[in-house]
Amino acid sequence: MIEVTSLTKRYGETVAVDDLSFTVRPGIVTGFLGPNGAGKSTTMRMILGLDNPSQGRATVNGRLLAEHGAPLTELGALLEARAIHPQRSARNHLRALAATTAIPDRRVDEVLGIVGLDEVADRAAGAFSLGMSQRLGIASALLGDPETVMLDEPVNGLDPEGIRWIRNLLKQLAAEGRTVFVSSHLMSEMALTAEHFIIIGRGRLIADVSAAELAAMGPKRQVLVRTPHGDRLRQVLAADGVQVSDDGDRPDVFYVTGIESDVIGRRLLEGGVELHELTSLQESLEGIFMGLTQHAVQYQSHDARPSTPERRAA
Amino acid sequence: MHAMTPSHIRDTADANPPVMRQRLGRAVTQWSATKAEWIKLRSVRVNVIGIAAAAVALVLLGVLFSALAPTDMGPGGTATDSVSLAFGGTSLSQLIIGVLAALFVGSEYASGLIRTTFGAVARRTRVLRAKAIVFGSATGLAMMLGAFGAFFAGGAVYSGNLPSHSIGDPGVLRAVLSVGFYGACVALIGIAVGFLVRSTATAIGLLLGLLMLAPLLVDLVPGTVGETLTKIVPSNAGEAMMSVTTRDSLLSPLPALAVLVAWVVGLLAIAAVTVRRRDA
Repeated sequence: MIEVTSLTKRYGETVAVDDLSFTVRPGIVTGFLGPNGAGKSTTMRMILGLDNPSQGRATVNGRLLAEHGAPLTELGALLEARAIHPQRSARNHLRALAATTAIPDRRVDEVLGIVGLDEVADRAAGAFSLGMSQRLGIASALLGDPETVMLDEPVNGLDPEGIRWIRNLLKQLAAEGRTVFVSSHLMSEMALTAEHFIIIGRGRLIADVSAAELAAMGPKRQVLVRTPHGDRLRQVLAADGVQVSDDGDRPDVFYVTGIESDVIGRRLLEGGVELHELTSLQESLEGIFMGLTQHAVQYQSHDARPSTPERRAA
Repeated sequence: MHAMTPSHIRDTADANPPVMRQRLGRAVTQWSATKAEWIKLRSVRVNVIGIAAAAVALVLLGVLFSALAPTDMGPGGTATDSVSLAFGGTSLSQLIIGVLAALFVGSEYASGLIRTTFGAVARRTRVLRAKAIVFGSATGLAMMLGAFGAFFAGGAVYSGNLPSHSIGDPGVLRAVLSVGFYGACVALIGIAVGFLVRSTATAIGLLLGLLMLAPLLVDLVPGTVGETLTKIVPSNAGEAMMSVTTRDSLLSPLPALAVLVAWVVGLLAIAAVTVRRRDA
């Protein structure tokens, strides 16, 4: 469990984290999302006790991390994958970290096995690819078998196989009852893994929602209907609250709101209207995320228009 | 901006079974933090080779200076006796130690590993102390062994007319042990500066300035101020401890010891306060 209360971090005039409050609960994967520069890493550093908050506090399993006798067994964290001495072997890196908390060497072998680095464990870590460094970082996060796991952009640099591996690992850690808190600037990545989302922009909380709640925050659900008989379509569907709009470009495409696709299909069949396509459109979580954070994006290119999110069939 | 209040629909999460965790590890202590730094020191080859090199350089240069010293050496110069010739390598060894100490701390800041370490140990001054203990004792011990080697090997090959000393003569054992002590002091100053500036290159620059440049600069300061400054720069205080023959320009061994300790404790204290307060 991570509890963040009125957390604020100022660097002179700049406010990196602005009165942030949220709770990360055990048993599920919580995604920590926001554009680059939103304050995710600063928040994580304050949770780890590395940066002192200007205001507020962040507790891990009920206390400030520094108040726990053995922090490594409370919070396993991965901040930077490359935080390794290039000439030290992966095994010795983990042994040194384990020694701080008197964790036995057999646990080092265990986590090396979990992340699949057992065969390269005695090689200098400087020769590791970014993906292997990420795995070593995750191994150090798991070293103390902690109740809470916090990973900053863990998917960076992983190949598709590695991405799938980490997704399963995160879900498994959550299923074991742990608190799993994972940051990313890509919604597409988190949508498949996280059940809950904490979204921030410019250091402020934008949303603290479940996946279903986030989906509901998007624009109204639409159904795309393609038929050569637009007039008949409007007649058959005419009812309270049902709206039919033209596509503009394609004369045979219409968008219907206020009615579900199965009902539309039945009515058109009963009315004998020729139908070429019937697709339920729902905005992707990514599109909703982009819409929520578009005002908070720090470095925006001018032709990128997150306000017109792509649609995908649902 | 659409701020949403935290949802409470997942209250069921509280009903999760407690995590089945292994009972791993114990509370962090100064001892366990020190063991971790000991593993770090040993597991990077440059540390081991470098510390050994500082001691070996001390012996080799001592032999070289002792063997090549003219048999008929007049007054003047810094060599006053056979011991000062045998310890002629100290100035090179202290540079090696300073660079290694700066690297031992600086490399951890450069990679970000220091944040992992602080996250695990939480009390950051423990990390500072652990690094100081480990690095200070390793270099101190190596330099002490090197000093004995340099003393005996250098004495064996020296055949000049300067006073020669055996280990039993007054002040000689103290001088030999002081080489090890001075090596440890340089290591500790290097660790402190490393934590203060968090960058290997800057730390090395500052150490070179303090150990090599400062004695030359204070020499230019006129009057008693200059004389006092000359006596209290770390390398001269070290030399005072490592010398058998007393010189007016240097402190006597005991005050020199106090000055060196003050440098080390002072810099470590400043580093400790800084490390505790500053964001890591």
